[in-house]
Amino acid sequence: MSLEPEYLNYPWRRHGYDHERYAWSMLADRKPVRWPGDKPVAVWINVSLQFYPLNQRGVPFKVPNGMTMPYPDLRHYSLRDYGNRVGIYRMLKAFQQRGIRPTWAVNAQLAEQHPYLLNRLKAYGGEFVCHGWNMDHLHYGGQDRDEEADIVRRSVETLRKLTGQPVRGWLSPAKHQSWNTPEMLAENGIEYCCDWVNDDMPFAFATEKGPLAMMPLSTEIEDQFVMCQNLHSEDSWATQVKDAFDFLLNEGGEQGGRLLGLNLHPWLVGQPHRIGCLEDVLDHIAGHAEVWQAPAGEILDAYRDQAGGND
Amino acid sequence: MHTEMKEGLDAYDYWPYENRPKITWPGGARVAFWVAPNIEYYELDPPANPQRKPWPTPHPSVPGFSIRDYGNRVGHQRQMALLDKYGIRGSVSLSVALCEHHPEIIEMCRERDWEFFSHGIYNTRYTYGLSEAQEREMIRDGIESIHRHTGQKCAGYLAPALSHSEHTLDLFAEVGQELFGEEGGLYTCDLFHDDQPTPIRLRSGRRFISMPYSLEMNDTIVYAVNKVEPRHYLTMLKRHFDRLYAEGAESGTVMCIPTHSYQVSCPHRIKAFEEALEYITGHSDVWVATGREIAGHYLANHYDEALRDIGAKAAAAGRS
Repeated sequence: MSLEPEYLNYPWRRHGYDHERYAWSMLADRKPVRWPGDKPVAVWINVSLQFYPLNQRGVPFKVPNGMTMPYPDLRHYSLRDYGNRVGIYRMLKAFQQRGIRPTWAVNAQLAEQHPYLLNRLKAYGGEFVCHGWNMDHLHYGGQDRDEEADIVRRSVETLRKLTGQPVRGWLSPAKHQSWNTPEMLAENGIEYCCDWVNDDMPFAFATEKGPLAMMPLSTEIEDQFVMCQNLHSEDSWATQVKDAFDFLLNEGGEQGGRLLGLNLHPWLVGQPHRIGCLEDVLDHIAGHAEVWQAPAGEILDAYRDQAGGND
Repeated sequence: MHTEMKEGLDAYDYWPYENRPKITWPGGARVAFWVAPNIEYYELDPPANPQRKPWPTPHPSVPGFSIRDYGNRVGHQRQMALLDKYGIRGSVSLSVALCEHHPEIIEMCRERDWEFFSHGIYNTRYTYGLSEAQEREMIRDGIESIHRHTGQKCAGYLAPALSHSEHTLDLFAEVGQELFGEEGGLYTCDLFHDDQPTPIRLRSGRRFISMPYSLEMNDTIVYAVNKVEPRHYLTMLKRHFDRLYAEGAESGTVMCIPTHSYQVSCPHRIKAFEEALEYITGHSDVWVATGREIAGHYLANHYDEALRDIGAKAAAAGRS
């Protein structure tokens, strides 16, 4: 029994990475960045508004939090729809009371389906990020290139048309990509992507169609990861977010600006028994004098003003 | 064709925890405490292995790759700062290709006089399916790479991604001895059968031990497999320590915290780790050591006696 000799060959064993998407550097070694007002931490409140189709294909995998029962899975379909009907309006109230400036990551198909919802988000204010077509249109290695190119173009165009915003950012469903996704984003005029979670600051990301910026949107503290994947309580989630915030605030003061990306799902934190924990988290963060709370694009702009080629 | 599988492991004898010869640690410590930061490289597009998929989704599996890269870009320096603060030298479980990819991290470990032991080439290249000759080549690459980049004579092994063959322990000890005589290839972290070092039987008959490394306290097992809340990890670490400290008054025990900077150094988790380190190192009778130091002390002072005791008990039980 043996494997092909190639299994012990390592063609990318070299300085840097085994890919050429971004440069190798350690956060603590980079030139410190200061956020506007000399705040040590920038907080990006990201709300993912999603459509989970009833006729889920699950290609190439079932999206987390999608349908799990035999068709028609009314249970998960309607539970996710709850977020767009009810949960988001609780969140809007909570945001309004605290002056939160959110970033709305919206599935383009959802924007098309519910003009009332979209108009309400526009009226509230905040930046729109394209969250792909819907939660069953995943981007993945081996995907037909034309099919993916069509999804990206259609999603970005739809959201731009409906929001009237430039739509600078992209968040893939399930943060999953193909080898071609970054090129397609650049081709469609997307400036930044939120899929790669490998830093606590933005960093430059190369594509063959021009540069992108990566805006890390932490998975480890996002509501669905903590409560739906790890099955922790809402109280524990709130504690974890506050602990993360306190740590980054302190590190930001000692070393240089840090970014906290907090991803939220209305179908989850918008539930009556969870919304209080979100409010608790928002009070902790927004009530702090040393925080700069802003939409993702503004944070990226402030970063670029200072970082130059330092990433 | 797959060879026949064995029903049990022949690497060690049954040896009850009670009535063993007493282990004494330097300075009369009750617990030998070591921290083993895993410093790993996962490939974005590793080759397929017939028995294990490196990533759960089609490559590029961005979620898994990128959080592990977070450990290298962000996490290690946070963990280093804490180990410095509490006077702990890490024993690094190293994907040796990281010496080429990120030598800056290796340099920071060297400056701190940390130990390096082999954790394979990449954590996305498995032992499964390798012939004995291929596995020997992979193990040799690991030991030689550490020597070339750090000057250290690798004492320990944790198989990459805990992927093993029936020959893994034999091969590591043989290659270590071949390259560095009695200074190389001394302990394995791949066995979880005890809270004290134990002699391991090898086909070469060489002196070799199992070092308690503790999967139960391993942050990735705790967080990613068992889904434990960060603050509860602190409780677990304290309980684990308290019991080993109490038992260590009778005979020395070993406590290890195996870490991964993409888990323990995340902003919402690092405080729990810090409080555990503060608690443990705040006790007087703790020997803060490295894997090699613990192995060296055990081999020099306790190995022979342990072997005699194991043999006597096996004989009494009619198992000799």
